[in-house]
Amino acid sequence: MMEKKLLIGNEAVARGLYEGGCRVISSYPGTPSTEITECAATYDDMYSEWAPNEKVAAEVAIGAAIAGARSFCGMKHVGLNVAADPLFTASYTGVNAGMVLAVADDPGMHSSQNEQDSRHYAKASKVMMLEPADSAECLSFAKMAFELSEQFDTPVILRLTTRIAHSRSLVELGERVDNGVREYKKDPQKYVMMPGMAKVRHVVVEDRIQKQIAWAETAPINKVEYHDTKIGVITSGICYQYAKEALGDKASYLKLGCVYPLPVKLIQDFAAKCDKVYVVEELDPFLEEHCKQIGVTVIGKDAFTLQGEYFQSLVKQVILGEATQSISTDLEIPPRPPVLCAGCPHRGLYYALKKLKVTVSGDIGCYTLGALQPLAMMDTCVCMGASVSGLHGRNKANTANEKNSVAVIGDSTFMHSGVTGLINIAYNQSNSTVIILDNSITGMTGHQENPTTGKTIKGDPTTAVSLEKLAEAVGIRRVRVVDPYNLKETETVIREELAAEEPSVVISRRPCVLLKNVKHNPPFQVNKDKCTGCKMCMKIGCPAISFKDGKSQIDFTQCVGCNVCTQLCHFNAIEGGNQE
Amino acid sequence: MNTKSIMIVGVGGQGTLLASRLLGNVLVAQGYDVKVSEVHGMSQRGGSVVTYVKYGDEVCSPIVEKGEADIILAFEQLEAARWLPYLKRDGAVVVNTQKMDPMPVVIGSAQYPEGVLEALEKTGVKVNAVDALNFAVQAGSAKAVNVVLMGVMAAHMDLSPEVWKQAIRETVPPKFVEMNLKAFDLGYQSGN
Repeated sequence: MMEKKLLIGNEAVARGLYEGGCRVISSYPGTPSTEITECAATYDDMYSEWAPNEKVAAEVAIGAAIAGARSFCGMKHVGLNVAADPLFTASYTGVNAGMVLAVADDPGMHSSQNEQDSRHYAKASKVMMLEPADSAECLSFAKMAFELSEQFDTPVILRLTTRIAHSRSLVELGERVDNGVREYKKDPQKYVMMPGMAKVRHVVVEDRIQKQIAWAETAPINKVEYHDTKIGVITSGICYQYAKEALGDKASYLKLGCVYPLPVKLIQDFAAKCDKVYVVEELDPFLEEHCKQIGVTVIGKDAFTLQGEYFQSLVKQVILGEATQSISTDLEIPPRPPVLCAGCPHRGLYYALKKLKVTVSGDIGCYTLGALQPLAMMDTCVCMGASVSGLHGRNKANTANEKNSVAVIGDSTFMHSGVTGLINIAYNQSNSTVIILDNSITGMTGHQENPTTGKTIKGDPTTAVSLEKLAEAVGIRRVRVVDPYNLKETETVIREELAAEEPSVVISRRPCVLLKNVKHNPPFQVNKDKCTGCKMCMKIGCPAISFKDGKSQIDFTQCVGCNVCTQLCHFNAIEGGNQE
Repeated sequence: MNTKSIMIVGVGGQGTLLASRLLGNVLVAQGYDVKVSEVHGMSQRGGSVVTYVKYGDEVCSPIVEKGEADIILAFEQLEAARWLPYLKRDGAVVVNTQKMDPMPVVIGSAQYPEGVLEALEKTGVKVNAVDALNFAVQAGSAKAVNVVLMGVMAAHMDLSPEVWKQAIRETVPPKFVEMNLKAFDLGYQSGN
C-alpha cells in the first residue's frame, strides 16, 4: 500500500511537482501560497529558489521550460498582477517542457489587501487553469498540469484558494517520474515575440483554446455526479466541498476541475437533466457568466454574495432555505485584531514617527500592522513597493510634503519592487525620506530568506545585497542606519533627514524578534511602588503590557526584554531585563 | 460514523497550530478520514486564531460552522466565549483559564468582560475550565500548556490515552518526552 499523509494543499502541490518531474522552481512568498515552494525546497531532486518578485519568478520558470526542464512558479493572487506581463506573452510562445504557475486567491482576505479573482487572468491571457478541491487533487492536478502543458504547448495555471492551500486532508504519495531535460531547438518564430511572429502565434493560441474546449468536454476532472436532479449544482474547488456537505444526495453536481477553458456541451447536458441549476462559486460570477453565455439558465450571484468566503450553511440557507441554530453568551466580546509582536523592532520606529507627526506612505508586510491603534502611523497602503513611489508622487504634488512625509518599506518588499521607486526618487529628484525596515527576513509570510539576508532558500550562504550600497548606487547620497530599539536616536536621525535638502534613505535595522538566532533578554517587570499609572508605556501598543488596578503590568510569558518601554517610563518603574 | 468536529481557538502565537497537527495525526492513525483547516499569515500575529479539525468516514468541508462543533478547545477565556456559537448544544468547552488582553482592551477602548467562565456555564453547555499554565509548570515547562490542554480534551474523546502518548513520543524531541507525557497526564486527569 502507498503511504498516506495528512498534508496541507500547498504541501500536496509540492509533492505533485516532485512526482511530476519538476526540475526548476522559482517563487516569491505570499500568503496563502508560500508553503508550496518552502516544501518543494525540501526535495533535493528539484532546484528551488526565492526570486526577488513574482515577475522574475515567472520569467525564470518560462526560461527553464523553454530550455527543456519542467518548471514551476507560485504566488498569491496579487503576485499574479506582478507576473502578468510575462504570463500573457508566454501564452503565445508556449513552452517546451511543461510549465505550471500556481496562484492562490484569498477570499475573505485572511492575509491580503484585496479579494481579486484570478480566474479572470486565465481567460484574459488565454491560459488553461485547473482548480483542485482537496489536497489529493492538489497533488494529482499539479502532476496533470505538466502533462497538459506539454500536450497543448502552453503554461498551465493551478488555482488555489486559502481553504484549499491551508487545509490538511489525506494524500496518497507516489513515485517521482523524471523524464530529464528536453532538447531545446532554436525557433525564433515561436520564442521571439515581435509583431511578425506574434501575429502567427496568436492564431495558434486561438486554435489551442478550441482544442482545449474539446478536451474539457470529456476530461475526467470535469466530473458529473447524479443524485436527486431537482437541484443541479455547477461548482469547482472548495465550493464543491461546501455544496456536497450542505446538500449531500439532495442535489446533483457538475464539479469542474478545469475552470478555463470551460466545456459547453457538458454544461448544457447537465443543466438539461436538472430542474433548477445553481452555480456555487466564491468571488466573481466566472462560471455563471459562461453558463449564461452558452444559453444555460442558472442561479448564481442573484442568490449568493460576491464577497468573502462561502461555507456549507450559506449553501444550505440559499438553496434549501434552512437556517442554523447557535448558542452564545450575553457578554460583549471585544475584537482581537492582529498586533505587532512583543519586542517587534517596528514598534520603536513607529513610535518615533508618531512623535514626529509625519504622514506615512506604507507598504505590505508585518509593519502594515503599524496602521492599527494605538500607533496608527500609516496613511496609505496599496501594493508592494507603492510606499516609495507613492511618497515621490505625494512630494511632487506639493513640495511642502517633503518635510513631513516618509515612506516605510520592509527589506524584502524593497527588493521586490521598492528599489525601482527609489531610482525614480533619485532620478526625478524629490527630497523624499525613505525608511527601509530591515528585519533581516521576509516576516509576515513566516520567515523566508531574501536577497538581503545572505542565505538561499535552503539556508546556504550566498551573496547579500547591501542596502546601503544599493541606495548609494542609484544616486542617494544621504544613507543612515539606526537601531529602532533606540527611540531617541531613531527620532533624531529621521528628523535630520526630513530637514535635508536632498533625498535620503534611513535603514531601521534590527532582526525580527521571532528569528531563532535572536537572543531574548530576561523579561521586565513593573515596580508597583514606583508606577504612577500614567500609562506612558501603554502608548507603544505592546501586547505584553496591560493595565490592572491602576498600574501597568508586564506579562512575563510574552516580554522579550527589548527595552523600548523602559525608555518611555519617567519614573524608572520598569525593572529587570538587561538594561545596559 | 457521523463526522465529528473540534475547534481549537486561541491567540496567535499560543501554539494552537501544533496542537491541531498532533490531533490530526492521532486521528489519521485511528483510520479516520480527517480534514484540518489552519490559519497562516497576518491573523497569526497575536490575533484571534481558529483551527478546525473534522473526522469521520468521509469529511467534505474542512470548516466547522455555527452549531456544529462537538468540542471547543480554547487556549484563552475570551476566545472560548467568542467562538461559543460554533458549539453544539450538547457539546463541551475545554477552556484554559489564562486571560490575555486584546489590543482594544490594552488601549482602553474596550473592556475585558468579567465572569467569562460563569457566562459559559450559564448557557448550559458542558464547561471544563483548567489552569493549564499551572499544570504545565508542574510538569516542568510553561511551554507545555498546549500538551496539558490536549490531555484535558483527550478525556472528552473516545480514544485511549495510549494513542495520544504514542503520538507525543513520535512528535516531541526525546529529551522533552517525559515532561510532555507528564503534562498530558495532568491534563487528562483534570478532564471531566
